[in-house]
Amino acid sequence: MSFLEINQISKSFRGLKAVSATSFEVERGGLVALIGPNGAGKTTCFNMIAGVFAPDSGKIVFEGREIQGRRPDEICAAGIGRTFQIVKPFAGLSVLDNVMVGALLRESHAGEARKRSLRILEKLKLDSKADLPASSLTLPDRKRLEVARALATRPKLLLLDEVMAGLRPTECDQMVEVFRELNREGLTILLIEHVMRAVMALAQRVIVLHHGEIIARGTPAEVVRDPAVLECYLGEETEV
Amino acid sequence: MKREAVGLLVLLLLLVFFPLFASSYALSVVTLILFFAYAGQAWNVMMGFAGQLSLGHSLYVGVGAYVAAILFQTYGVGPWAGVWISMAACAALGAAIGFLAFRFGISGVYFALLTIAFAEFTRIGFDHLTITGGPGGFFLKVSQRESWDLLNLRGPPIMFYYVILALTAGAFALCALLLRSRAGYYWRAIREDEAAAQALGINTFRWKMLAVILSAAMTAVAGVFNAFYYNNLFPEQVFHISRSIEIILGPVIGGVGTLFGPVLGAGVLTTLSDGITELLAYYNLEIPGVKQVFYGVVLLLVVMFLPHGIWPALAKRIGIFR
Repeated sequence: MSFLEINQISKSFRGLKAVSATSFEVERGGLVALIGPNGAGKTTCFNMIAGVFAPDSGKIVFEGREIQGRRPDEICAAGIGRTFQIVKPFAGLSVLDNVMVGALLRESHAGEARKRSLRILEKLKLDSKADLPASSLTLPDRKRLEVARALATRPKLLLLDEVMAGLRPTECDQMVEVFRELNREGLTILLIEHVMRAVMALAQRVIVLHHGEIIARGTPAEVVRDPAVLECYLGEETEV
Repeated sequence: MKREAVGLLVLLLLLVFFPLFASSYALSVVTLILFFAYAGQAWNVMMGFAGQLSLGHSLYVGVGAYVAAILFQTYGVGPWAGVWISMAACAALGAAIGFLAFRFGISGVYFALLTIAFAEFTRIGFDHLTITGGPGGFFLKVSQRESWDLLNLRGPPIMFYYVILALTAGAFALCALLLRSRAGYYWRAIREDEAAAQALGINTFRWKMLAVILSAAMTAVAGVFNAFYYNNLFPEQVFHISRSIEIILGPVIGGVGTLFGPVLGAGVLTTLSDGITELLAYYNLEIPGVKQVFYGVVLLLVVMFLPHGIWPALAKRIGIFR
């Protein structure tokens, strides 16, 4: 039994096929990247796993249980945390309170939740900004806050939707280090990423989506040499 | 935090000893302030905390008032028993409205319209209900106004002053507690971004329902007070949309979502509007609708210059965060 199994899922929006009969697996403790050009269906895949909408057909199995069509809060309670590509901070709340909302899922006491939230903020280098309103954060910090909030729900699987976008190379490397460490501690990570620097450094396996279908999979090194991948990113090679 | 607690204690002591040196007129004004502070606090649970805009809170004031009044007058059930039935009735109403709205994804302005609709057709319903006297009103017997009969809520204005003071203090404490609890965090998360809240494992439907039900039940108590304090109920008054607006003006002007906002807003509004009324009476002027115009002007000024309300700006000024 695999940890997360995506089995033949499809989703159309008004007749436009966003994801068609896609299957892949994520093993426990894995660090897998989902890449592909814009509009490839990556975020649609994420949203189906996270319960934002149900697949038109196909199955999603997490730890042996079918979870397709469940509500986002049920999915989160089952142990899947997510970040949003377009960040959604609770703008009127402090940075710490943002994380506490996540932490309260597994802690019944606000005091315990606060302690754990502070530790998570420290890990993501946001501890100095804990008391600021989330609305005052810069975009990179908001991305970090997304991660901190998701981590606070104590996920077994973390879905990261383009958290490196907009980060400077050094910030990106710091983030990579954070995820490596979390992964070493046993967290399984599935990430959507455009920043190849991060993908190459992080991912054990890469899955390439194009027009809602998987066109390649393998190690990062294999995938970047794959002609089908090069073609979808750079266009077909033509004789001039 | 400490300064906040000290300030609160001083305010409470002032209010406790206020009747000793206040005229009966001043007492009635502060009773009214406390009434709107309480009702505003109840409304704030729903809108300020959970972000669900109700423009029909007169529904809960009215139903709460009528239920307890009928139970008392017709069936001889005392207000302390009747208040629970009023709360249950309003909680059920709130649950029905909440269920309709949240199950079918009605939110924002459309949710507000739904709350107005419920308040309005209840008003029209009560206008045609014979057992409550229809538009002619329902009256509670006043046997005496001298001695305190707390059990039946019959007595002098000062007794009602202390009842509403206790209610307002209780609602304030309850809200302070709620804000620090899981409910407070979850409600504010839902208010700020519902999709993000749900992604963090919050069953948003359940928590929004809780906010509506709690707010409705709290407002029902204001209705019971209203019935026993004024001893008369007219559908055109208690259910009227202007009553709903009066309830929300306090927290809006004081600061939506804050603890002190509803209290401060009610104080500012009631004091100033009564001041204007008195001033005009002094000069023998009678201008119909001057109170409404005044409300409009204050609201305009607050929206323009203090969009988050008076309290957040004041709190910053005197060095209290939040």
